Amino acid sequence: MGKLFSKENCEVFSNPLNLNNPIAVQVLGICSALAVTSQLEPAIVMGLSVTVITAFSNVIISLIRKSIPNRIRIIVQLVVVAALVTIVSQILKAFAYDVSVQLSVYVGLIITNCILMGRLEAFAMMNGPWESFLDGIGNGLGYALILVIVGFVRELLGFGTLLGFQIVPDFCYENGYMNNGMMTMPAMSLIIVGCVIWAHRSINKEEK
Amino acid sequence: MKALRNYLDKIKPNFEEGGKLHAFQSLFDGLETFAFVPRTTSRVGSVNIHDAVDSKRLISFVIIALLPALLFGMYNVGYQNALAAGQLEQATFWGMFWYGFLAVLPKIIVSYVVGLGIEFTVAQWKHEEIQEGFLASGILIPMIVPVTTPLWMLAIAVAFSVILAKEIFGGTGMNIFNPALVTRAFLFFSYPSVMTGDSTVWVNQQSILGLGFTAPEAYTAATPLGQAAADGFAGFDCQTIQNAIIGLIPGSIGETSVIAIGLGALLLLWTGVASWKIMCSVFVGGGLMGYLMQVLGLTQIEWWHHFVLGGFAFGAVFMATDPVTAARTETGKYFYGLLIGIVAVMVRVMNPGYPEGMMLAILLMNLFAPLIDYCVVERNISMRAKRAIKK
Repeated sequence: MGKLFSKENCEVFSNPLNLNNPIAVQVLGICSALAVTSQLEPAIVMGLSVTVITAFSNVIISLIRKSIPNRIRIIVQLVVVAALVTIVSQILKAFAYDVSVQLSVYVGLIITNCILMGRLEAFAMMNGPWESFLDGIGNGLGYALILVIVGFVRELLGFGTLLGFQIVPDFCYENGYMNNGMMTMPAMSLIIVGCVIWAHRSINKEEK
Repeated sequence: MKALRNYLDKIKPNFEEGGKLHAFQSLFDGLETFAFVPRTTSRVGSVNIHDAVDSKRLISFVIIALLPALLFGMYNVGYQNALAAGQLEQATFWGMFWYGFLAVLPKIIVSYVVGLGIEFTVAQWKHEEIQEGFLASGILIPMIVPVTTPLWMLAIAVAFSVILAKEIFGGTGMNIFNPALVTRAFLFFSYPSVMTGDSTVWVNQQSILGLGFTAPEAYTAATPLGQAAADGFAGFDCQTIQNAIIGLIPGSIGETSVIAIGLGALLLLWTGVASWKIMCSVFVGGGLMGYLMQVLGLTQIEWWHHFVLGGFAFGAVFMATDPVTAARTETGKYFYGLLIGIVAVMVRVMNPGYPEGMMLAILLMNLFAPLIDYCVVERNISMRAKRAIKK
């Protein structure tokens, strides 16, 4: 047990959450971060889906990493990811149909998410299943974290709601407050991601 | 003036390193150099271009050039208000002017307080001198928004544009986009219902401090361009065009009067602050495109009507010529201006969603200005290289 949660393994898990965040530091997976974050709920679902897919594809690839011929490894990785994406997509359609309609093609497009292939190539091909699992969970949650921050800001300012519940009270609207329409556009989410990266870098300046 | 100088000298030590008011040093410095030419001289060994007119004085010319349009805009705000209430006969000239003054003044104050507040904070934080670029933007911003824009929206938009369009690029002189236009673009895309032409936003319908009139019922006044877009570009009658030249039409505060803008343009050209190449080529580009559109039958608007309607003249004179965001090479200025005119008229005629294209055209060409300069410089280099090889 002590070995499972050794210091190295903890770092494998916690680094992607902050110091090596896939969006804020590696600047991967930006497209989906812009596309699905206009509201909080799809952002959370998208983050969780990516976490699950990254974790399990990492584990699977790590298990078979020694038997994959080096030349066709990308194809093998893609097949694994595609299978997992299809499973997640079907589960969403079955149990959370509204969200899967909102996410539309972006669930299917998880297969092209740079974070997945990046983790498979950089980590799962060289490490054991348990470390790869932690790495996948960590990277997925790091991605989800940024998505939730962006989704939170955009839904609050763009619609005045969070998870569909109205947050901005009625008397604000009666006194002339208006929702910011630009927050619902993808252009603004790029600016918010930029601000998140800005804040992240100025907080972590000393640690580098 | 002498007394002010003495007073400033007396309080100056407080603001220097170690003084008790050191936190406000940049504020003091900004105000001192605004009132007086700085006494410090450049260090020996550095290369500088000297001019009697520094950038604070340069921007003062821009503000003076904006005054006719601003004052007329105030009058027009009162005029539109009286027209909306149907009380035009009872309204006096000064009554209408003071009404407009009271309507516009809070916007100017908000724009300056927010914008300069951020600039002073950043300057103090980075231990830099205050940069004066916002003096012009601060007065341009209220002039390019509708008179009914709520003040809190204006404050947010100004903060957005000063931080994200200016300070993160490195402050005055480093920005890619014109901060005043970014403010307007932010308002335009964030709060479209208070920024576009088909509603009641262009005319202030409440009386202020007893001045002006409260319109008996909600009065809908579209800008002529907005009206034209709604009618499928049916063209304008003589009366509308005459009013548009004088400026008695609904519109953003400073943009309506071509005559007042023309006065400002003359001052800017005479003092050499604005480039005549950009200014003229914007009109040439807009005219060419407008003529083409008219010949192709896409619109009924006469080619020169584009000049007097909406923000075309204001944008050409005060926005496109902003030396920071425009093309810097002399040849590049022609292309830059031409493309602004062409794109502005294209957006107006071909895009039903945006009856006004000037803002978008200038912002787009701001983005391309460095590329234009690059091409001009590269072409010059290759031409000279060829000439050298020939001989």
